[in-house]
Amino acid sequence: MAAYIPILIFALVAISFPIITLLIARAIRAGSPDPVKAEPYECGVRATTTAFDTRFSIRYYLIAVLFVIFDVETIFLFPWAVMFDRLALFGFIEMMVFLAILVVGYVYAWRRGALEWA
Amino acid sequence: MHGPLYDLVLLPLIKIVVVLAAVLLIVAYLTFFERKLLSYMQVRIGPNRVGPRGWLQPIADGLKLFVKEDLVPGQAEKFVFLLAPVLIMAPALVMFSVIPFGPELWITDINIALLFILGVSSIGVYGVILGGWSSNSKFSLMGGLRSAAQMVSYEVPMGFAIVSVLLMARTLSLVGIVEAQKAAHLWYIVPGILAFGIYFICGVAETNRNPFDLPEAESELVAGFHTEYSGMKFAFFYLGEYTNMLVVSSLATIMFFGGWLRPFPNVAWLSFLDVIPPLVWFLAKVGFFIFVYIWFRGTFPRYRFDQLMAVGWKWLIPLSLVNLFVIGLGVLLLKG
Repeated sequence: MAAYIPILIFALVAISFPIITLLIARAIRAGSPDPVKAEPYECGVRATTTAFDTRFSIRYYLIAVLFVIFDVETIFLFPWAVMFDRLALFGFIEMMVFLAILVVGYVYAWRRGALEWA
Repeated sequence: MHGPLYDLVLLPLIKIVVVLAAVLLIVAYLTFFERKLLSYMQVRIGPNRVGPRGWLQPIADGLKLFVKEDLVPGQAEKFVFLLAPVLIMAPALVMFSVIPFGPELWITDINIALLFILGVSSIGVYGVILGGWSSNSKFSLMGGLRSAAQMVSYEVPMGFAIVSVLLMARTLSLVGIVEAQKAAHLWYIVPGILAFGIYFICGVAETNRNPFDLPEAESELVAGFHTEYSGMKFAFFYLGEYTNMLVVSSLATIMFFGGWLRPFPNVAWLSFLDVIPPLVWFLAKVGFFIFVYIWFRGTFPRYRFDQLMAVGWKWLIPLSLVNLFVIGLGVLLLKG
């Protein structure tokens, strides 16, 4: 466990570095607040709706769901790869079967147009 | 002689401060080198006014951003808006705690280092999407969504490419991977050339750099997820991007180019190359990949978003699966 303590310290330092810098910058930076400056950027015209009301494409959700499936798959591969010399041929065939099942799902998603963007 | 407090806290803390200072200095000058290199590629001179030949430009830029007015959009989610730059910067820095720069030159060596880096680098996605969402600007929202979709899409083939390295090294420790390459008498770029290609393309996409800089496509999205950011908060997005470039380059060096090892680490007659210290080898290789990053930016036009998704999902994922199969089979046949 001792090997992880430096990471913890590094994390504390790395988190406090931007926070402290922002606090110092806040103390010394210029500032002349103005209601016009506080408006969101919108090509010179006043925004009629806020971005929180904006709708966006459903495909972003689809990509997120597909990502979760494939990323979990990758996580399964990590211990398999580390233990590969002991698992040998049996482990290799077993993992290829596992991947083949996922490829079926991948092909299905592709055929159903989940990977098309336009 | 020394107490446990010295070994557990003080010594790592000194190392951390040194690494942090070095990384921040390198990152600051990276911005300068990028501008210089790009300008030479475009037959311009580039920044040359601040200090001798422009060498003090990064310091001037930093100071300017430091004292600049920091605007927060009136309708933004204030706390999340503040949190996003920290979420970009902190994970990018923490990854350096497990990267070995040379023999015995690391802050810590854990046996899940690669998994740790993959996990921590994913936190950066939160910074991007939260920054884009909390700005409450349409450009930021679109940029943040695009960026999140892009980063998660390219994480999958990147993971597969990394697994093929693990098949050869059979350890997740970055020190272990370099030592395995020494024992194998060969850099993993030779068997893993396809894996390296996939890894580096994904690395460029993960850091939102050309030709995959869709989230910041200035011709359509102003500046993407950081449109509304100014002052020091903007600086952290900027620094975070360059720090991530350093991490991707370091990982490419460690996994495929033998980390701190000299070329052909076991060929005796090349041992005169050992005059150059390992740290210099490491930094030279990392510098090369940084150069490639900038070279890409000077060379390639930007992808369209649907093309970007097609490259990730329809090309890199099948290709990385094939690569995994081939490398697995190769390791099996050669060891068996």
